[in-house]
Amino acid sequence: MNFEERQKKAIADWEELERGARPRIYIGSATCGRAAGALKLVGVIEAELARHNIQADIVHVGCIGLCYLEPLVDIVKPGRPRISYANVTPRNVGKIIEEYLVNDNPSPELALGVLSETALDGIGRFSDLPMLKPQVRIVTANCGIIDPEKIEHYVGRGGYGGLVRALGMTPEQVIEEIKKSGLRGRGGAGFPTGMKWEFCRKAPGDTKYIICNADEGDPGAFMNRSLLESDPHSLLEGMLIGAYAMGATEAYIYVRAEYPLAVERLKLALKQMEEWGLVGDNILASNLSLHIKIKEGAGAFVCGEETALIASIEGRRGMPRPRPPFPAQAGLWGKPTNINNVETWADAASIMRKGAEWYAGHGAEKSKGTKTFALAGKINNTGLVEVPLGTPLRKIIYEIGGGIPDGKAFKAVQTGGPSGGCLPASLLDLHVEYESLAQAGAIMGSGGMVVMDEDTCMVDVARYFLTFTQSESCGKCVPCRVGTRKMLDILEDITKGKGQPEDIDLLLDLSEAIKAGSLCGLGQTAPNPVLTTVRYFRDEYEAHVREQRCPALACKDLIAFYILPDKCVACGICLRNCPAQAIAGAKKMVHVIDQSKCTKCSTCLDVCPVKFSAVAKVSGEQIEVPGEPTPVTALERDKVAASK
Amino acid sequence: MEKITLTMDGQQVEATRGMTLLDVARQAGLYIPTLCYYPDLEPYGGCRMCVVEIEKVRGTQPACTYPASEGMVVRTNTDLVNKVRRTALELILTNHPCACLECHRRKRCSPYDVCLRTVAVQDRCVNCPANEQCELQEVTDYMGLSGHELRLGWTTGHFSVDTSNPFFDLDRNRCILCARCVRACNEITGVGAIDMAHRGYAMKVATFGDRPLKDSICRSCGECLVRCPVGALEPKEIERPTGEVATTCPYCGVGCSMKLGLRDGRIVKVSGDKSGAANEGRLCVKGRFGVTDFVHHADRLTAPLIRKNGRFEEATWDEALDLVASKLSGRRPEEMAVVSSAKSTNEDNYVMQKFARLVLGTNNVDHCARL
Ligand SMILES: Cc1cc2nc3c(=O)[nH]c(=O)nc-3n(C[C@H](O)[C@H](O)[C@H](O)COP(=O)(O)O)c2cc1C
Ligand code: SF4
Ligand code: SF4
Repeated sequence: MNFEERQKKAIADWEELERGARPRIYIGSATCGRAAGALKLVGVIEAELARHNIQADIVHVGCIGLCYLEPLVDIVKPGRPRISYANVTPRNVGKIIEEYLVNDNPSPELALGVLSETALDGIGRFSDLPMLKPQVRIVTANCGIIDPEKIEHYVGRGGYGGLVRALGMTPEQVIEEIKKSGLRGRGGAGFPTGMKWEFCRKAPGDTKYIICNADEGDPGAFMNRSLLESDPHSLLEGMLIGAYAMGATEAYIYVRAEYPLAVERLKLALKQMEEWGLVGDNILASNLSLHIKIKEGAGAFVCGEETALIASIEGRRGMPRPRPPFPAQAGLWGKPTNINNVETWADAASIMRKGAEWYAGHGAEKSKGTKTFALAGKINNTGLVEVPLGTPLRKIIYEIGGGIPDGKAFKAVQTGGPSGGCLPASLLDLHVEYESLAQAGAIMGSGGMVVMDEDTCMVDVARYFLTFTQSESCGKCVPCRVGTRKMLDILEDITKGKGQPEDIDLLLDLSEAIKAGSLCGLGQTAPNPVLTTVRYFRDEYEAHVREQRCPALACKDLIAFYILPDKCVACGICLRNCPAQAIAGAKKMVHVIDQSKCTKCSTCLDVCPVKFSAVAKVSGEQIEVPGEPTPVTALERDKVAASK
Repeated sequence: MEKITLTMDGQQVEATRGMTLLDVARQAGLYIPTLCYYPDLEPYGGCRMCVVEIEKVRGTQPACTYPASEGMVVRTNTDLVNKVRRTALELILTNHPCACLECHRRKRCSPYDVCLRTVAVQDRCVNCPANEQCELQEVTDYMGLSGHELRLGWTTGHFSVDTSNPFFDLDRNRCILCARCVRACNEITGVGAIDMAHRGYAMKVATFGDRPLKDSICRSCGECLVRCPVGALEPKEIERPTGEVATTCPYCGVGCSMKLGLRDGRIVKVSGDKSGAANEGRLCVKGRFGVTDFVHHADRLTAPLIRKNGRFEEATWDEALDLVASKLSGRRPEEMAVVSSAKSTNEDNYVMQKFARLVLGTNNVDHCARL
């Protein structure tokens, strides 16, 4: 069979599967689903099907991005739309299946939504879920829908159609198309992709390399992993298109070894491509030849930087080198090389499939298309989302993310990972675009978004990110190697109450020199968390330095716990729970914390019954309490309550 | 070579394509401080002392790696440039025993003086073999940071010194991580015995498996220590020479040119002669560290010996040569053989075999390396 015949069959098969003569059960089993226990469900489901003698297909799909709802199980009955169930457990999955497949009761109370145009039997539309509604899923369109281990599924949903279209154009036309789409690099800096491809196309040289950057080193970022696990062919198609456009014949995928499932799926996808004639020499009988190798990285953040990545593939120490020459001139093994992020490659495939104008129809003036973000931190709906660029932060955090848990107040959001910046509530209406984020002192980065609530100390946040960057600095250049460490030392002093008044300005001064003087993007952006937190939360720094006070009550060295004598009813719960045995007390005696023994673990505060609320956490102040247990004076009714 | 013109600090300068901005500046007589740069090594761009500002290019760029191009406008002395250089230097000094830089008495101190500064003994300037010959001192003086209390306190002294190599020591407490040694070992010698290990602040020069130098594949050629800008890699024995003579290494037939540093009539230092065509300044372990020892060794023969009455007795060259000539004359050629030394130069060996073939008339020529 040639590709066209196979494609036809795959499309027909997919439609057949959609209509289906047998029931189908989809299990989200990317790494996130697995971590939530998806694989444990399989046995239970199989047993349940066997018990009722039901013939059904079980399809393992990737990640749809609703991390907080994992594991997700979807059930399709022939002729019915797909119904999705969230937080499924081995305990209730049997019941769900029995009810729906045997008793024809879709259990609306357990269902999350239905994947169809209209609602069904009291189950709302899946796409109307608050987390999904504002999303525009282009790069993640297949994630959680298809079986990533089946190339037929990918092709059945239009996959490799972009490649076929590209092969019908000249390489220059393909580059023009990518330029017109306005696509910018999704790996961090947002450089226009079409321009980058053109540099590489025009660079003299017979052998050219393309590389897919799947190093994804930002803590908390998992956009690329999710895509690799859920739809590996999408980026591979993009790489074929890019190779054709740039005239490259060799390709590498640099993927971190900590992503074993992604590596496994990539290997499988490459094998399938080989069978289908989609990789190797004369792809689809065209003059395009591309050989793709997988290189597993050892997990250094800096190896995501282009020149360090190249050094690492070449077997050298992963250290960046100054540019010029740029990789497009002299990259891997000294040959013209183009590096793009996983998502950029996958976007290119969608663009070639559906056209530049369609793609440019999404997003904002200078930031076209969509971008995936990993929502994490103090936010209700954690997960992976895809939104058009230009979406306001507020919409992402409150509509999609569902706001802040436990009724706490929003304080800041860190975009762009450790190289990014902390944006305060006053910037919630900022539109997420490359330029606007940069202006605010942050960056788009690869799409990490960590939300922080009122209990977060901004000095401590800056310290945390600096801990990461300074340990991940490659060590080559002085400002980054030593400078970030010195900044960290200062921040540690401040969070311990040992800061000096001049420290804040010293931090700013060091930041400026490190940004301007570092060799690569790691050092050049490392001070961003400090710069933005000083810019937007300077009063918090001042409070630490001048008053030894942590306003968020987060810095251990600056807080203290007291038991309020007028509230304590001597119930003894805190005394029993204190792991440091720092609490003294007796029956009917007000309890007292020995400050010299207290480790500030917060146990007493957590266990003191709310109706008494007798434990106070303070910073920068002292509460007058007796030195040793004294008779209880709290109200009579509280004592009654305590005795119950 | 294509000629280009660029502007550097407002001055029009000529250059050829392929030169770096540092090359251009040096050619134009503009001083730009450097620490990790070394003329015969691949540029590294790590120390950031040579950064400059280039019009239409973001931030600062290292002059040692940036290629000059037509019409470029470069500034080597702006507020930003100075800020980056000063900060980078300050940061280097936080990891270097810099008593030698802060002390105003530095030039007048001698080893047995009581150190006026309250620094640990190993941090005293007089204990650093590179004192007064240190590139870091030079750059610090130039940047005007000497004698200043630094904003950031310094910490060092947590490494134990690797003294395992018989010829030189590696004291990482003084190391500024310029990677010259690493590059020399890779690019010049091609051995690759050392590289940078670990990341970030923990980075250090190390052998494979972080074993002592002695247990690594290090050949002790010493190319690294020649290039070390500070006192981190230093020979075990150091005496500063007062004079110098040029000679050829006596160890093998390559004929490396070397310079012997002399003091009180003794050789105290050996260095490769950059003008030597055979070695372009390089030496191996024998040349660099093996000459001093045997030249001044008590057992060394400095006059010919003749066995008389069963005992060797000193003789003059004339006596010795006459004796050999008398014993050789009258022999048939096939009764004679010549054994020469691999330690002799090619020229000497050439003359020796000519002597054997033409004068003695024999082809019995051999040398000691076969023994
Ligand atoms: C320290 C550092 C880490 C980086 N890590 C990544 C990464 O994990 N993935 C990635 O795609 N790009 C990363 N980048 C950006 C890459 O250098 C490069 O710009 C990107 O891969 C280009 O692809 P794009 O044009 O598609 O964004 C990193 C950059 C720096 C400076
Ligand atoms: S900025 Fe940091 S990571 Fe980048 S080259 Fe310098 S030391 Fe290495
Ligand atoms: S030992 Fe010397 S040459 Fe090697 S990195 Fe350290 S300072 Fe540089």
